[in-house]
Amino acid sequence: MPKSSSVKALAEPGRLSVRKTYKLYIGGAFPRSESGRTYLVDGDNVALASRKDARDAVLAARAAQPKWAGATAYNRGQVLYRIAEMMEARRAEFTALGVRSSEVAAAVDRWVWYAGWSDKIAQVAGGANPVAGPFFNISAPEPTGVVALVAPASLLGLVSVIAPAIVTGNTVVVLAAGPQVAITLAEVLATSDVPGGVVNLLTGRYAETAPWLASHDDVNAIDLTGVDHPDVAAELERAAAGTLKRVIRPVTGGVDFTADPGLRPMTALLETKTVWHPKGY
Amino acid sequence: MTVTAAAELSDLRSFLHGLPGVDKVGVEARAAALATRSIKTSSKAKAIDLAIRMVDLTTLEGADTPGKVRALCAKARRPDPADPTCPPAAAICVYPAMVKVAAAALAGSGVHLASVATAFPSGQAPLEVKLADTREAVADGADEIDMVISRGAFLAGEYTRVFDEIAAVKEACGGAHLKVILETGELGTYDNIRRASWLAMLAGADFIKTSTGKVTVNATLPITLVMLEAVRDFRARHGRIIGVKPAGGIKTTKDAIKYLVLINETVGDDWLSPDRFRFGASSLLNDLLMQRTKLTTGRYAGPDYFTLD
Repeated sequence: MPKSSSVKALAEPGRLSVRKTYKLYIGGAFPRSESGRTYLVDGDNVALASRKDARDAVLAARAAQPKWAGATAYNRGQVLYRIAEMMEARRAEFTALGVRSSEVAAAVDRWVWYAGWSDKIAQVAGGANPVAGPFFNISAPEPTGVVALVAPASLLGLVSVIAPAIVTGNTVVVLAAGPQVAITLAEVLATSDVPGGVVNLLTGRYAETAPWLASHDDVNAIDLTGVDHPDVAAELERAAAGTLKRVIRPVTGGVDFTADPGLRPMTALLETKTVWHPKGY
Repeated sequence: MTVTAAAELSDLRSFLHGLPGVDKVGVEARAAALATRSIKTSSKAKAIDLAIRMVDLTTLEGADTPGKVRALCAKARRPDPADPTCPPAAAICVYPAMVKVAAAALAGSGVHLASVATAFPSGQAPLEVKLADTREAVADGADEIDMVISRGAFLAGEYTRVFDEIAAVKEACGGAHLKVILETGELGTYDNIRRASWLAMLAGADFIKTSTGKVTVNATLPITLVMLEAVRDFRARHGRIIGVKPAGGIKTTKDAIKYLVLINETVGDDWLSPDRFRFGASSLLNDLLMQRTKLTTGRYAGPDYFTLD
């Protein structure tokens, strides 16, 4: 099936085609690249993000983070479920871009799966600790903060890195590989009650933007799942060490996103806060 | 006082109303056009250091404590503790009650100590109270006084009263520099801002300042442009150089650099110095430091690595 056939399929004789420019998704808006650059992907114009777009995206993500983390887990779960609803309604758009129908379905189901985890992860990843003294000792997971994601190319892979990061209250800057599919997902997010800035999506070459995010003092973690070259991954990890960022390394041979993700994608982006509370007798 | 100045004073009202009107569309377009200038690399580095040297690091809150003021003084002396090449800020700006604390913390540093006075921010108090406020601040160690004009009197057309008040406060200042806050957000029109600027300069201001930071409209580029034109024309007529201080709402390095471009294009090099131009700001300094760090380290800086106050 040819990619990007949605426009061509709708073309009628005697009618000018209305072609879409795939723009970035930053702070809930769809701006062009600050650099003004675009590149062609399968005949479509796609914005080519620059380091300044990455900088703006981090600002947007940081501004959105406290409120998103402060929302109740129940509310975040509802928002994630809403994403699934909106994506379900747009399944045809994804298949028109060449994504297999079964993969779109799996991606929708993944949002639902993570939506369910929002108000349960605290019980599983946290809990009461036995201590030798008159205290309640409670550990609770907290979001890491702003997370940069170098996303894998597939739709299911993209959803599988975004969902576990945001469900717990992180905000993300995503460097997307499959630009049309990613921006179509951004259009889903923009209509799904996700507050602006919680997910920011940049298209272009990650080799150009990722180093800026890896060394950025205001980024708390970086997920390198989509990095396809071990030397680049090592370089990014070194840059991330300067601020002691959490780093999720790419898996050699790729990740099987159809498998049960388990808790690891969520817990990798959580910090544990432990509170000692005096207990009366 | 020169002959022309005396003539201007003899009929303040007709002089102020005889000033040419401000072309609102023109001044806004001019400010917007100058704001598009791109200042990069080594020019940007110089602009950032100059802007840091121009910052009046300000804390004007009911919740100010001696501890907070001391922390701010330490920051003004050495904005980036990790980098000794980073210049100090121009001044600290505090309420009169905090002047003693700040004076002790700034002693020997070369950082100026400004105090707001004259019933800041409203200016609605009897003249005697305002003068006492000023004398006290100067006696406690302030070498710059930021006074507010009585906007009520100005808007009611009582120009002589405003003039006399400024002149009286100037006298109470003694050797201290006087900055006159016009509170442009409450003056309504650019024409009024031009008139208030001239009024303050004729009455003896060393600086004219846009705002208290306590109303919704604070410093903007067009307002500052009108004030810069006023100090330029005042110098041409009277030979005295008056400083300008935009205050309130300037938060980013980008904003600050736009002001520097505005100065350079309107009044020239003579005003590109902390003696002639100041930024009244609190959060601006951190952004300047972050941009400075970005230029020296080559990576983006984050607010977690800089002090809050």
